[in-house]
Amino acid sequence: MQKLIISSSPHLRDKTTTRSIMQDVCIALLPAVIAGILFFGYRSALIVLVAVAAAVLSELIYCKATHQKNTTGDFSAVVTGMLLAMNLPASVPLWMPVVGSIIAIILVKMIFGGIGQNFVNPALLARAMLALSWATIMTKFPEPAFGNLAGVDAVASATPLAAGGAYSIGQLFLGNIPGVIGETCKLALLLGAAYLLWKKVISWHIPAAFIGVFAVCYLIGTGFNVGLTVSQVLSGGLILGAFFMATDYSTSPTTDLGKLIFGAGCGLLLFIFRFARGGQSEWCSFAILLMNVVSPLIERVTMPKSFGEVSKHE
Amino acid sequence: MKDLIRVFKNGLLDENPTFRMVLGTCPTLAITTAASNGIGMGLAATFVLVFSNLVISLLRKMIPDEIRIPAFIVVIATFVTIVQLVIKAYLPALDESLGLFIPLIVVNCIIFARAEAFAFKNPPLPSIADGLGMGLGFTWAITFISSVREIFGAGTWFGMQVMPESYIPMGILVRPAGGFIIFGLAIVLMNAVMPKKA
Repeated sequence: MQKLIISSSPHLRDKTTTRSIMQDVCIALLPAVIAGILFFGYRSALIVLVAVAAAVLSELIYCKATHQKNTTGDFSAVVTGMLLAMNLPASVPLWMPVVGSIIAIILVKMIFGGIGQNFVNPALLARAMLALSWATIMTKFPEPAFGNLAGVDAVASATPLAAGGAYSIGQLFLGNIPGVIGETCKLALLLGAAYLLWKKVISWHIPAAFIGVFAVCYLIGTGFNVGLTVSQVLSGGLILGAFFMATDYSTSPTTDLGKLIFGAGCGLLLFIFRFARGGQSEWCSFAILLMNVVSPLIERVTMPKSFGEVSKHE
Repeated sequence: MKDLIRVFKNGLLDENPTFRMVLGTCPTLAITTAASNGIGMGLAATFVLVFSNLVISLLRKMIPDEIRIPAFIVVIATFVTIVQLVIKAYLPALDESLGLFIPLIVVNCIIFARAEAFAFKNPPLPSIADGLGMGLGFTWAITFISSVREIFGAGTWFGMQVMPESYIPMGILVRPAGGFIIFGLAIVLMNAVMPKKA
């Protein structure tokens, strides 16, 4: 005789956990980190390690100090540390990722209630604060030297954004350009993004709307200059931001329509920033941060009606 | 006498206008970029607070309830004008860095709150004690915030170099965004060191 089990819903459970999602993100970020090490030398690896260690440690210490459950096991601090490191130039002094990680974890994430409660993307706000505080260090982008693991000279050079059309599309795609550790190699980033899409960790809505709206605006703005538009899409932090930053769960809308609006807003803001104010590499961060703050409002507007709900008469 | 001391201490800690009542946030955020600004602003506000409390307390039986707000403004504006002229004459550097925020003491909500909540209902002596306590509470609070911002955001304290040469100042702290962050963290610190009474 079969046993009848009575339990309350949900009855179908998925194996996905916060930890498995965050581990997937780590895996997806690896190709770009490896590309960063290949192009900018061993210092990239060092910065990533320091940032991750500082992020995990700050979360651990905060949890201990406030007598809360230790949440470092969910890997979200590792992801934050990795994303932050990928947003730094390889030539920054090592205290920089430490300060950045403390800002990201303590100030943006833990004080607001830990994972899922951060009001903006922690890594992005940390980058913005570092960039506003130490602008000269944060904008010193070393020249890439493929395979030169010993490290590259910290020559200040303009990113492709500021240098205009100095780099070919191929260079931009492979990442043989000056920039922050994780943003230059589009090939590696797209590999990671494909993995996340395949694992259904992220959906296509935000990146597609983000990049699509930006590209369309740029096409119109430049009088249908396709070459310039493609190089703009491949320059700066757009690809990294669209797939890995803007898709952060707690700071982006949950419905498909909301995600499209969110992505489109990011794209439009980035276009306005870059078109009107020139090529600063942080524009992508600022565009996403601004939309992060707006996302609760988007959420409210796009809230689906529950079945049978009748519109209220005022 | 005991009562006066209690009233005075109330403003310093338990009901600190900046950290506990979160009043007067406008100058707190705007001028706390240098420690000298903080102490200057705080003492100017203290002066106004003590004398406006005294005068309003003396006049409290004569001011009709319906027009008390305009009456407060006239009294407060008188003392703000005195402070403004004195600072302009003797401390031109401070006048330069505080700028518009000196005349804006007229609408500082700490001064209004104390006039409305305390001086209008209490005799002159406790009103002076209250004004002094609240004013000095405001002064130490914004001097503390501005010291943190100046030391870490510019590497100096009251204009003197205090951080080692190798320290690269964290520029965002002396910008407006840094004001909000340090203000918030200072409230956290205050609540941690001295928990609120139930």
